[in-house]
Amino acid sequence: MMKERHGFSSRMEVYRRHPLSLVQRALVLLAAVITFGVLAALVIYILVKGVPNLRPELFAWKYTSENASMLPAILNTLVMILLTLVLSVPFGVGAAIYLVEYASRGNKLVKLVRITAETLSGIPSIVYGLFGYLMFVIALHMGNSMLAGALTLAIMVLPTILRTTEEALKAVPDSFREGSFGLGAGRLRTVFRIVLPSAVPGIFSGVILAIGRIVGETAALIFTSGTVTGVAGSLMESGRTLAIHMYCLLNEGLYTEEAYATAVVLLILVIGINALSGAVAKRLAQRT
Amino acid sequence: MARQRRAGLLRCLNGKTGVTMKAVNTHHVRETAMKIVFLITACVSILAVVLICVFLFANGIPTMHEIGFLKFLFGTTWAPNQNLYGIFPMIIASIVVTAGAIAIGVPAGLLCAIFLAHFCPGKLYKLLKPAAELLAGIPSIVYGFFGLVVIVPIMQRLVGGGGKNIITASVMLGIMILPTIINVAESSLRAVPQSYYEGSLALGATHERSVFSATLPAAKSGILAGIILGVGRAVGETMAVVMVAGNQPILPESLLSGVRTLTANIVLEMGYATDLHREALIACGVVLFVFILLINLCFSALKRRME
Repeated sequence: MMKERHGFSSRMEVYRRHPLSLVQRALVLLAAVITFGVLAALVIYILVKGVPNLRPELFAWKYTSENASMLPAILNTLVMILLTLVLSVPFGVGAAIYLVEYASRGNKLVKLVRITAETLSGIPSIVYGLFGYLMFVIALHMGNSMLAGALTLAIMVLPTILRTTEEALKAVPDSFREGSFGLGAGRLRTVFRIVLPSAVPGIFSGVILAIGRIVGETAALIFTSGTVTGVAGSLMESGRTLAIHMYCLLNEGLYTEEAYATAVVLLILVIGINALSGAVAKRLAQRT
Repeated sequence: MARQRRAGLLRCLNGKTGVTMKAVNTHHVRETAMKIVFLITACVSILAVVLICVFLFANGIPTMHEIGFLKFLFGTTWAPNQNLYGIFPMIIASIVVTAGAIAIGVPAGLLCAIFLAHFCPGKLYKLLKPAAELLAGIPSIVYGFFGLVVIVPIMQRLVGGGGKNIITASVMLGIMILPTIINVAESSLRAVPQSYYEGSLALGATHERSVFSATLPAAKSGILAGIILGVGRAVGETMAVVMVAGNQPILPESLLSGVRTLTANIVLEMGYATDLHREALIACGVVLFVFILLINLCFSALKRRME
């Protein structure tokens, strides 16, 4: 205790001689307080205002103009997540396998894939929305449908899955591959039996990131999967996801309470997804 | 050469283990086929970029030509019902709002990254790091909603009027680019060799001074990369901006004027636009896309220089 106090007073002495350092420390602390204060304010505000609005009627099977139920939107969101992952994971993982396991170093194609993946990850979602509308909805005659939305999102999350899988594959030690080759396995068997299984947690964390983006996506879906309020009966039908549901509620201006409730559900989903990815990352760190 | 060796190996296998030529061959075929499959999947991202460029430019450029390039880019009136399609107010709005977001988000994010990298006790870090990640994960529609029900009323009380203006949008976007800036700046601060900091301490500088004057300058290109990423996010952000920027398609007179960004323009009118109006909105998206490509180019040039 005494020692600490001594530490504190000598520190004050230092600051008296170097006032700039005190200012710098104060600024840094202030910025941290503001940043995390805003986050806390956002989460607490939405939970406090929203949870009382989570009425059971909001989880009714049917959306009506009297009862803006969000259950259809939740179901559509789940379908959208599944469909997007089915469309994007094989390509993302396959591409990563090619980049890490097959391509030789300094390959021109590899460079091109990297550059294009980087470009894709920088494109804003509204541009994806426009592209999806032009290509899938108009040119391929899909109309506003879950499939058109999922295809658009699949391209959007492709770089996320590609990058995380690539990192996961690179983290598999070369001795695993050498051991497998040494036992007479071919490259293909090595990839599927040895390398991929050890990279699964890393790939999983990429998938979780992708789910987070799909759940929160609005701008890319509004013109592709559309805003129909019911559960999409088939992949060629339109259906709104939860984030679009919230946008429409706000746009119509009559459903503020329902919007609060939807915001709570979205926020809880995102917090859950983040916690899951944190848990996966922790397990990854423990293993290595 | 390789083929000769393989033939030799096959002969050897045939002789000694009884593996038939055919079995080895089908095995070889499967290997090659799968290699090609993986190669094709790798090409998907190239194909996607090509398709996006083709569809956007093929739709946007003829429209711009029809309206007139200069009239489209520098026309100051956006009035689809009078067939006037000038997006200059929106371009200015996007630039101003992004600049505002940078002015707010970069100092806060950078200082916060310094806190996380050099001032934060370990236990607190375990709590704050996931919090910073959560900040990145919150959907933009939720941010927009928060802006609408919290920041806009505060603005109304502070300056009067509707509360939806350039400053509100800048604050909103400033908050939204925080996680990008924090993440990139923190990792580039951590990548600076510890010896810089220690050397500075040994010369008698305080902890704060060492961090600010030795470590921080060494991390500057990484931090710049983070800022560019933040610019990209701010320019492309749609849903949150629509909620709080006011959406008037006119040149702003002051920081308290409501504005409509390029992104907002698309999302507001695309739902009901037809014919040339719709084409003009797509052309608007093309302008946005070109902005983003330029920003990306800056980012990758900087990254290459860093490596």
